[in-house]
Amino acid sequence: MKIHIPTPLRQFAAKQATVTVEAATVGEALDELTLTHPELKKHLYSEEGKLRAFVNVYLNDEDIRYLSEKENTAVTDSDSLSIIPSIAGGSVVLSQ
Amino acid sequence: MASAVLKISDTVYAQVRQHGEQTYPHECCGVLLGKALDGTNEVEAAVRAGNTRTDSAHNRYHIAPQELIAIQRQARERSLDIVGFYHSHPDHPARWSPTDFNEAHWLGCSYMITSVETGVAKQTNSFFLSGTGEDDKRFEDEEIRVWPERC
Repeated sequence: MKIHIPTPLRQFAAKQATVTVEAATVGEALDELTLTHPELKKHLYSEEGKLRAFVNVYLNDEDIRYLSEKENTAVTDSDSLSIIPSIAGGSVVLSQ
Repeated sequence: MASAVLKISDTVYAQVRQHGEQTYPHECCGVLLGKALDGTNEVEAAVRAGNTRTDSAHNRYHIAPQELIAIQRQARERSLDIVGFYHSHPDHPARWSPTDFNEAHWLGCSYMITSVETGVAKQTNSFFLSGTGEDDKRFEDEEIRVWPERC
Protein backbone atom coordinates (compact mmCIF):
# COMPACT_ATOMS: atom_id res chain seq x y z
CA MET A 1 0.00 0.00 0.00
CA LYS A 2 1.02 3.61 -0.42
CA ILE A 3 1.78 5.99 2.41
CA HIS A 4 1.67 9.67 1.49
CA ILE A 5 4.30 11.69 3.32
CA PRO A 6 3.62 15.40 3.98
CA THR A 7 6.17 17.99 2.87
CA PRO A 8 7.85 18.55 6.27
CA LEU A 9 8.49 14.86 6.90
CA ARG A 10 9.94 13.99 3.50
CA GLN A 11 13.42 14.98 4.67
CA PHE A 12 13.18 12.00 7.04
CA ALA A 13 11.88 9.64 4.34
CA ALA A 14 14.65 9.91 1.73
CA LYS A 15 12.78 12.90 0.23
CA GLN A 16 9.98 10.69 -1.02
CA ALA A 17 6.43 11.99 -1.33
CA THR A 18 5.03 8.46 -1.32
CA VAL A 19 6.44 5.33 0.29
CA THR A 20 5.18 1.90 -0.71
CA VAL A 21 5.03 -0.77 1.99
CA GLU A 22 3.76 -4.31 2.23
CA ALA A 23 1.44 -4.70 5.19
CA ALA A 24 -1.73 -6.44 6.30
CA THR A 25 -2.82 -3.82 8.84
CA VAL A 26 -2.49 -0.09 9.45
CA GLY A 27 -0.12 -0.79 12.34
CA GLU A 28 2.11 -3.01 10.22
CA ALA A 29 2.25 -0.35 7.52
CA LEU A 30 3.35 2.31 9.99
CA ASP A 31 5.86 -0.08 11.57
CA GLU A 32 7.39 -0.84 8.21
CA LEU A 33 7.55 2.84 7.38
CA THR A 34 9.43 3.69 10.58
CA LEU A 35 11.63 0.62 10.25
CA THR A 36 12.71 1.70 6.77
CA HIS A 37 12.94 5.36 7.79
CA PRO A 38 13.75 5.34 11.53
CA GLU A 39 14.15 9.13 11.71
CA LEU A 40 10.43 9.46 11.12
CA LYS A 41 9.60 7.74 14.38
CA LYS A 42 10.22 10.64 16.75
CA HIS A 43 8.23 12.94 14.50
CA LEU A 44 5.21 10.64 14.49
CA TYR A 45 5.24 9.21 18.00
CA SER A 46 5.70 10.54 21.53
CA GLU A 47 8.25 8.96 23.88
CA GLU A 48 5.40 6.80 25.19
CA GLY A 49 4.93 5.42 21.71
CA LYS A 50 1.60 7.16 21.10
CA LEU A 51 0.85 8.94 17.87
CA ARG A 52 1.56 12.62 18.54
CA ALA A 53 -1.58 14.66 19.11
CA PHE A 54 -0.94 16.94 16.13
CA VAL A 55 -0.23 14.07 13.73
CA ASN A 56 -3.25 12.76 11.88
CA VAL A 57 -3.11 9.48 9.99
CA TYR A 58 -5.89 8.75 7.57
CA LEU A 59 -6.70 5.42 5.97
CA ASN A 60 -8.15 6.63 2.69
CA ASP A 61 -10.62 9.22 4.04
CA GLU A 62 -10.92 8.00 7.62
CA ASP A 63 -8.96 9.03 10.70
CA ILE A 64 -7.38 5.85 12.08
CA ARG A 65 -8.14 7.06 15.63
CA TYR A 66 -11.82 6.55 14.86
CA LEU A 67 -11.61 3.19 13.13
CA SER A 68 -13.16 0.49 15.30
CA GLU A 69 -10.07 -1.71 14.91
CA LYS A 70 -7.68 1.28 14.98
CA GLU A 71 -4.12 0.12 14.10
CA ASN A 72 -5.37 -3.44 13.69
CA THR A 73 -7.57 -2.44 10.76
CA ALA A 74 -6.87 -4.65 7.75
CA VAL A 75 -5.55 -3.00 4.60
CA THR A 76 -5.04 -4.00 0.99
CA ASP A 77 -2.62 -2.82 -1.67
CA SER A 78 -5.24 -0.48 -3.08
CA ASP A 79 -5.63 1.42 0.20
CA SER A 80 -3.54 4.43 1.03
CA LEU A 81 -2.44 6.04 4.25
CA SER A 82 -1.96 9.80 4.50
CA ILE A 83 0.04 11.42 7.26
CA ILE A 84 -1.11 14.97 7.80
CA PRO A 85 0.08 17.22 10.64
CA SER A 86 -2.62 19.56 11.90
CA ILE A 87 -3.04 23.16 10.78
CA ALA A 88 -4.34 25.63 13.31
CA GLY A 89 -3.55 28.89 15.03
CA GLY A 90 -4.96 32.33 15.42
CA SER A 91 -4.38 35.71 16.97
CA VAL A 92 -5.63 34.68 20.41
CA VAL A 93 -3.14 33.63 23.08
CA LEU A 94 -3.69 30.09 24.30
CA SER A 95 -4.71 29.89 27.93
CA GLN A 96 -2.46 26.93 28.61
CA MET B 1 17.12 40.81 6.61
CA ALA B 2 15.03 37.74 5.96
CA SER B 3 16.87 34.86 4.26
CA ALA B 4 13.84 32.74 3.42
CA VAL B 5 11.84 33.88 0.41
CA LEU B 6 8.25 33.29 -0.61
CA LYS B 7 7.53 33.91 -4.29
CA ILE B 8 3.92 34.50 -5.23
CA SER B 9 2.12 36.02 -8.20
CA ASP B 10 0.18 39.23 -7.77
CA THR B 11 -3.01 37.33 -8.67
CA VAL B 12 -2.63 34.69 -5.95
CA TYR B 13 -1.41 37.30 -3.46
CA ALA B 14 -4.56 39.33 -4.09
CA GLN B 15 -6.74 36.20 -3.73
CA VAL B 16 -5.23 35.49 -0.31
CA ARG B 17 -5.81 39.04 0.90
CA GLN B 18 -9.36 39.16 -0.51
CA HIS B 19 -10.20 35.97 1.35
CA GLY B 20 -9.37 37.71 4.63
CA GLU B 21 -11.62 40.63 3.72
CA GLN B 22 -14.48 38.34 2.75
CA THR B 23 -14.46 36.36 6.00
CA TYR B 24 -13.98 39.44 8.23
CA PRO B 25 -14.57 39.64 11.20
CA HIS B 26 -13.65 35.96 11.19
CA GLU B 27 -10.27 34.49 10.39
CA CYS B 28 -9.85 33.00 6.95
CA CYS B 29 -7.46 30.14 6.22
CA GLY B 30 -6.11 28.30 3.26
CA VAL B 31 -3.27 26.31 1.77
CA LEU B 32 -0.48 27.43 -0.55
CA LEU B 33 0.50 24.97 -3.28
CA GLY B 34 3.73 25.19 -5.20
CA LYS B 35 7.33 24.05 -5.14
CA ALA B 36 10.04 24.29 -2.51
CA LEU B 37 13.43 25.13 -3.98
CA ASP B 38 16.45 25.71 -1.73
CA GLY B 39 14.81 27.84 0.94
CA THR B 40 12.41 29.48 -1.49
CA ASN B 41 8.78 28.46 -1.50
CA GLU B 42 7.29 29.25 -4.89
CA VAL B 43 3.52 29.48 -4.70
CA GLU B 44 1.49 28.55 -7.76
CA ALA B 45 -1.98 28.45 -6.26
CA ALA B 46 -3.89 29.20 -3.09
CA VAL B 47 -6.69 26.87 -2.05
CA ARG B 48 -9.33 28.22 0.30
CA ALA B 49 -10.19 26.11 3.29
CA GLY B 50 -13.04 26.28 5.74
CA ASN B 51 -12.35 27.45 9.27
CA THR B 52 -13.74 24.77 11.58
CA ARG B 53 -13.36 27.01 14.65
CA THR B 54 -16.89 28.35 14.45
CA ASP B 55 -16.84 28.69 18.25
CA SER B 56 -14.09 31.30 18.11
CA ALA B 57 -13.65 32.16 14.43
CA HIS B 58 -12.70 35.79 15.12
CA ASN B 59 -9.39 34.77 16.65
CA ARG B 60 -8.79 31.08 15.90
CA TYR B 61 -8.54 28.94 12.82
CA HIS B 62 -8.30 25.25 12.18
CA ILE B 63 -8.41 23.34 8.91
CA ALA B 64 -10.11 19.95 9.06
CA PRO B 65 -7.59 17.16 8.35
CA GLN B 66 -10.00 15.63 5.85
CA GLU B 67 -9.96 18.86 3.89
CA LEU B 68 -6.17 18.87 4.03
CA ILE B 69 -6.09 15.31 2.70
CA ALA B 70 -8.26 16.40 -0.23
CA ILE B 71 -6.05 19.45 -0.86
CA GLN B 72 -2.91 17.30 -0.66
CA ARG B 73 -4.49 14.99 -3.25
CA GLN B 74 -5.24 17.98 -5.50
CA ALA B 75 -1.61 19.06 -5.14
CA ARG B 76 -0.35 15.61 -6.17
CA GLU B 77 -2.59 15.60 -9.23
CA ARG B 78 -1.09 18.94 -10.27
CA SER B 79 2.49 17.81 -9.45
CA LEU B 80 2.64 20.44 -6.72
CA ASP B 81 3.33 20.28 -3.00
CA ILE B 82 1.86 21.98 0.01
CA VAL B 83 4.43 24.73 0.63
CA GLY B 84 2.55 26.86 3.10
CA PHE B 85 -0.62 28.14 4.67
CA TYR B 86 -2.30 31.46 5.11
CA HIS B 87 -4.71 32.96 7.57
CA SER B 88 -5.93 36.39 8.60
CA HIS B 89 -5.77 38.29 11.86
CA PRO B 90 -8.92 40.43 12.03
CA ASP B 91 -8.10 43.73 13.77
CA HIS B 92 -4.80 42.30 14.94
CA PRO B 93 -1.23 42.76 13.65
CA ALA B 94 0.19 40.53 10.92
CA ARG B 95 2.61 38.89 13.33
CA TRP B 96 2.58 35.31 14.48
CA SER B 97 1.05 34.75 17.89
CA PRO B 98 2.07 32.18 20.53
CA THR B 99 -0.97 30.20 19.37
CA ASP B 100 0.29 30.26 15.78
CA PHE B 101 3.69 29.06 16.93
CA ASN B 102 2.45 26.31 19.24
CA GLU B 103 0.22 24.93 16.54
CA ALA B 104 2.70 25.18 13.67
CA HIS B 105 4.05 21.77 12.71
CA TRP B 106 4.85 22.01 9.01
CA LEU B 107 8.61 22.53 9.03
CA GLY B 108 9.94 24.12 5.86
CA CYS B 109 6.58 25.67 5.08
CA SER B 110 5.54 29.31 4.92
CA TYR B 111 2.87 30.77 7.16
CA MET B 112 1.37 33.93 5.63
CA ILE B 113 -0.63 36.24 7.87
CA THR B 114 -2.71 39.18 6.70
CA SER B 115 -3.92 41.82 9.10
CA VAL B 116 -7.48 42.86 8.26
CA GLU B 117 -8.57 46.11 9.86
CA THR B 118 -12.28 46.90 9.87
CA GLY B 119 -12.73 44.67 6.84
CA VAL B 120 -9.78 45.96 4.78
CA ALA B 121 -6.63 43.89 4.20
CA LYS B 122 -3.59 45.81 5.40
CA GLN B 123 -0.19 44.29 6.08
CA THR B 124 0.70 40.79 4.86
CA ASN B 125 3.74 39.07 6.34
CA SER B 126 5.15 35.61 5.95
CA PHE B 127 7.07 33.42 8.37
CA PHE B 128 9.14 30.39 7.50
CA LEU B 129 8.98 27.52 10.00
CA SER B 130 12.55 26.31 10.28
CA GLY B 131 14.19 23.67 12.46
CA THR B 132 14.34 19.90 12.53
CA GLY B 133 11.48 19.13 14.92
CA GLU B 134 9.22 20.33 17.69
CA ASP B 135 12.17 20.97 20.01
CA ASP B 136 14.04 23.45 17.86
CA LYS B 137 11.38 24.83 15.52
CA ARG B 138 11.24 28.58 15.08
CA PHE B 139 9.56 31.15 12.89
CA GLU B 140 11.85 33.24 10.69
CA ASP B 141 10.76 36.40 8.95
CA GLU B 142 10.33 35.59 5.29
CA GLU B 143 10.58 38.01 2.39
CA ILE B 144 7.49 38.00 0.15
CA ARG B 145 8.37 38.56 -3.51
CA VAL B 146 5.23 39.33 -5.48
CA TRP B 147 5.68 38.97 -9.21
CA PRO B 148 3.31 40.29 -11.91
CA GLU B 149 1.44 37.44 -13.57
CA ARG B 150 0.14 39.51 -16.47
CA CYS B 151 2.83 40.70 -18.85
